[in-house]
Amino acid sequence: MSGRKRTLEAFSFEFVMTVIAIIALIIIIAPSLVVLIVSFTSGFSLRFPPPGYSLRWYAELWNAWQLHFAAKNSLIVALWATGLSVVLGVAAALAISRSPRLSARLLDSLFMSPLVLPALAFGLAALMLFSLVGLPVSPLTLVIGHTVVCVPYVVRNTVAALAQLEPTLLESSAVLGASRIYTFRRIVLPLIRPGIIAGAFIAFMSSFDNVPVSLFLRDAATDMLPIRMWQDLEGKLDVTIAALSGVLIIATVALVAVMERVTGLSRRLTN
Amino acid sequence: MGAAPATRDVTSYGMGLAAPLALFFLVFFVAPLLQLLWLSLHNDTAALHWGLGQYLHFLTDPFSLSVLGSTLLLGAEVTAVCLVLGFPIAWLYQRVGPKLQTIIILIVLLPLLTSVVVRTFAWIVILGRQGIINATLQSLGIIDTPLKLLYTQFGVVIALAQVQMPLMTLPLITALGRIDPNLDDASCSLGAGSWRTFFRVVLPLSLPGVIAGCTLTYAAAITAFITQSLIGGGQMLFMPMYLYQQASTLQNWPFASAISIIFLLAVLAVVSVFTTLGRLSRGYGGT
Repeated sequence: MSGRKRTLEAFSFEFVMTVIAIIALIIIIAPSLVVLIVSFTSGFSLRFPPPGYSLRWYAELWNAWQLHFAAKNSLIVALWATGLSVVLGVAAALAISRSPRLSARLLDSLFMSPLVLPALAFGLAALMLFSLVGLPVSPLTLVIGHTVVCVPYVVRNTVAALAQLEPTLLESSAVLGASRIYTFRRIVLPLIRPGIIAGAFIAFMSSFDNVPVSLFLRDAATDMLPIRMWQDLEGKLDVTIAALSGVLIIATVALVAVMERVTGLSRRLTN
Repeated sequence: MGAAPATRDVTSYGMGLAAPLALFFLVFFVAPLLQLLWLSLHNDTAALHWGLGQYLHFLTDPFSLSVLGSTLLLGAEVTAVCLVLGFPIAWLYQRVGPKLQTIIILIVLLPLLTSVVVRTFAWIVILGRQGIINATLQSLGIIDTPLKLLYTQFGVVIALAQVQMPLMTLPLITALGRIDPNLDDASCSLGAGSWRTFFRVVLPLSLPGVIAGCTLTYAAAITAFITQSLIGGGQMLFMPMYLYQQASTLQNWPFASAISIIFLLAVLAVVSVFTTLGRLSRGYGGT
């Protein structure tokens, strides 16, 4: 009697948890699927389901030079910001990982703080500083601002990769007479490379998608893709944006698949 | 071999390698924030007169206070929804095979890496007057006129919850993975039911993950200005947009600075409350 009650009780728990989990997974995935489907509409509205299917809005996208221009700017800024983040971030990660010093802990908190502080407040602050020292907003100020908010991802992933490194490997290498630089190049770097790549990938994606910092630090001539899309959406609901969203979703899925192969991204973010 | 005090530690690198990034942060992160603080302590836009006028203005203005209040409330609602939906995902993750685990992680990760504008746009398509929800309900004959879902608090909360869900789920998966599965069995064999085991054993042990997830979700939800403005529309104003309007449209930099500082302090207060809770819970969950 009580045994049956127990199984019923266990079943009710597992049932409720599984149902909520599946609903939650559907809520997570549904928006992307909806946009993908709507982007192939043959109509002029974002009605779902679409009245028919065509590639017309993707063809339209081909001629949307404003979006091309904005995408090019976003890409260039993201590449520079990622490059700068990797150079500065990996060096800093080498210094602060494994160090028991208080200064290392403090620097770690400092380098991570852009992740929690409102980026919009930082954007405004950076704009005020640049205008105080007479540096006009330009692609350069954009790269600087983006680097500040993207470098935490590189530092965090590199520190995590270094933490997994066996110290005995470095000691053996030193005992066998290898110089520190040689050890770094031949042992440390190959082992932490997936971590660096994962960090750089997330930094790149977050720079490409950044709005709050770009809003303050871009000049009038430098249109950025997410801002262009945001402003288009504030005005009217354009189906071209759905096609662009489709392109971005497919590109993201493809990049994530590649990154999963190269760096084991999913394990990296749950350990 | 013994002490060998003279040999250098080959397993760590000098702090000098952190100098370039530290310098970069000093000039382009710390200095701007200090200047923000400095400007917020001036009563006029030319920054000639020191004073607490901007803060007094904010703290005595019912409108400003209501914007702050609704922003903090929004963060709490989104965090609660993310926790209720995210925890079962993390629970399910621990019970399925490696193949399904990878699929779950990739589903959770995807929105984190998809453009925020795209994700928000999707919710406009779903919640709009001709959107999926209204179209479905109408075709089923449940409603006659479209429900207003876009530009409502409900719409903002559900869209933000989806956008921020990965930030909650990933730390939860990590935390649940660290719990010894034997504890679960022990609790059940001692006669506690599954629900009781969950609330008395699993949930307390996963508190560090819950707190980490809540901190990230809360901080992200209250600063998520694209989703707030596109789904909330012009009727609902939250701190980031308020800040942007004052800075950009009205060019009132000292007041915008004060808003920024108040907002920063609010975020820091929430983060430190969560961090303290996390430290307290570690005695509980740590092994």
